[in-house]
Amino acid sequence: MAFTNENLAVAQEILARYPKAKSAILPLAHLAQDQDGYLTQDAMREIAELVGVTPAEVLGTTSFYTMFKRDPVGRLVVSVCTNVTCLVLGGPEVLEHLERRYAGDTEVTIEEVECLAACGNAPAMQVNYEFHESLTPEGAADIVDAYKRGELTARGVSGGTAGGGA
Amino acid sequence: MSNATETRIITKRLRDRTEDSWTLAGFTASGGYDALRRALAMEPAAIGAEQVAAAGLRGRGGAGFPTGTKWSFLPEGNYPRYLVVNGDEGEPSTFKDRMLVERDPHQLLEGIAIASYAIGCNKAFIYLRGEFALGFERLEAARLEAMAAGFLGENILGSGFDLDVVIHRGAGAYICGEETALLSSLEGDRGQPRIRPPFPAVAGLYAKPTVVNNVETLSTLPHIVAMGGEEYAKLGVNRSTGTRIFSVSGHVNRPGNYEVELGMTFRDLIFSPELAGGMRDGRPVKFFIPGGASSQWLTGSDEHLDAPLDMDYVQQTFGVMLGSGAVMVYDDTTNPALVAWRLAKFFAHESCGKCTPCREGTGWIEKILYRISHGEGRPQDLDLLLDVGDNISPGLNAPFSQTTICPLGPSAVSAVVSLQQYFRDEVIAMCRATA
Ligand SMILES: Cc1cc2nc3c(=O)[nH]c(=O)nc-3n(C[C@H](O)[C@H](O)[C@H](O)COP(=O)(O)O)c2cc1C
Ligand code: SF4
Ligand code: FES
Repeated sequence: MAFTNENLAVAQEILARYPKAKSAILPLAHLAQDQDGYLTQDAMREIAELVGVTPAEVLGTTSFYTMFKRDPVGRLVVSVCTNVTCLVLGGPEVLEHLERRYAGDTEVTIEEVECLAACGNAPAMQVNYEFHESLTPEGAADIVDAYKRGELTARGVSGGTAGGGA
Repeated sequence: MSNATETRIITKRLRDRTEDSWTLAGFTASGGYDALRRALAMEPAAIGAEQVAAAGLRGRGGAGFPTGTKWSFLPEGNYPRYLVVNGDEGEPSTFKDRMLVERDPHQLLEGIAIASYAIGCNKAFIYLRGEFALGFERLEAARLEAMAAGFLGENILGSGFDLDVVIHRGAGAYICGEETALLSSLEGDRGQPRIRPPFPAVAGLYAKPTVVNNVETLSTLPHIVAMGGEEYAKLGVNRSTGTRIFSVSGHVNRPGNYEVELGMTFRDLIFSPELAGGMRDGRPVKFFIPGGASSQWLTGSDEHLDAPLDMDYVQQTFGVMLGSGAVMVYDDTTNPALVAWRLAKFFAHESCGKCTPCREGTGWIEKILYRISHGEGRPQDLDLLLDVGDNISPGLNAPFSQTTICPLGPSAVSAVVSLQQYFRDEVIAMCRATA
């Protein structure tokens, strides 16, 4: 899907910030991902046109970064830390519990991530880049369920406004 | 029992005003932007050469390089110049910059404005870790507030000085914290480090002279200008002046960020009831990792616990770093090989792949440590690890030599060297038991 008219205006604002247009690849990819739920081929083609490089270059750049999902993911991306502080304080148990519980749930994608800079309240996770800390396995699932029921409002899949926008 | 306490300078506002420390109203009600006004009345060059140099300020991002000296490397007459703020905070168990950005974003913007004025820069970029969604919102809101109030933008406070600030989100890659990788990423490329020289001061962002400074370094600047550099230098010890925020985590009673005067001992930081509050369930410290995942380790021995938080002392005496200010503390229930494996997994995942010793070596270290820590080790595995490590960092010394473009590769060897140094018998016994 290409940018909506509203997001195209945001894209132009982003482009204007940088002395060289290519710098806008990351912010534009975030915008596209918040709009579409993942980074589509069409979006990469449009970003290429906007910044004046080839689509292959956009793919070359974006494929380096773990936040960009080039295949569809759930509406909720749950990133669980298992790095060293979370490792010794129960992070792997949180991950395992969530992976089992949401296996086959297309709305939820569980991923294992590196240190989230939340080690003071380990174990920690993010749901669409919103922090949740001091977790237990069951408590973490309660949080994910609250998002599923809409009691907690999720950010976009790239951590911005769902649907894109400023 | 120790009664050491914090010395709150850069964390004072966010601790005192928990309800509004990130807003312009909360900021200006507690002295915010006064230092900028004062700086704009000074000769730009004097800020670096006099205030910052006299303060003895050293970078808080990891390397501890003197900030005034870094600024002085900018070649004369070559404009535009850029200030790039390193807010990528990804060093495992470091969580101070996230707090500074989320809870005192104006303090950072004030530091950026002062630094930009001092070095003659009209466009600054903040490279913020992509996962910090709330931090981005707070910082962007603060930027807009500061623009509207005339603290950023054109003709700041009537001084004739203009500054445009762009906040740029990363997208999940630890290596982008390395300054040259950060610049590649900011230019829209894969975040891979560049060979230095040229250093960023000479050819950085868009090949222009560029200063890269850490969030905490810049958040300290307003206080140096407010106190005066010489006054600031009275805090701390030797060439480690001032305060630093230490992120203490692991098996302590009160994990968290503590801003303390440099020179305090690790023991005070870990055991003072006002600070990390001692060990959970009163268990002993088995080992701790100062300075982030890249540092070598220290143990619960008196010699190590009583060492001062002095960047040069710990480097020269024990070959460890204060690095990013992380202090990860582990009790006697911890398997050091398991911690080493998880760190190795991190480095293997985060290697950018540009240099063979790092790309291949980190993968092998991870595989060997996996089998050691998961009951499949062989008695000769530790020596095999040292051999792989030697290909990445010949001699296995600290500070390390490197066969790689950036220090990530050698950093991955630190844990291996520490296992050898402090836990060789335990690791070999672990392997024998399974062999
Ligand atoms: C692999 C690697 C990762 C780094 N990550 C960070 C980081 O997340 N934040 C940071 O400020 N510095 C980081 N650094 C250090 C930077 O390269 C650079 O020294 C620092 O940003 C300079 O700012 P300072 O002088 O104010 O400390 C990293 C270095 C390496 C080698
Ligand atoms: S040492 Fe590793 S991370 Fe650094 S440039 Fe080489 S391959 Fe990349
Ligand atoms: S180790 Fe999990 S948040 Fe830092």
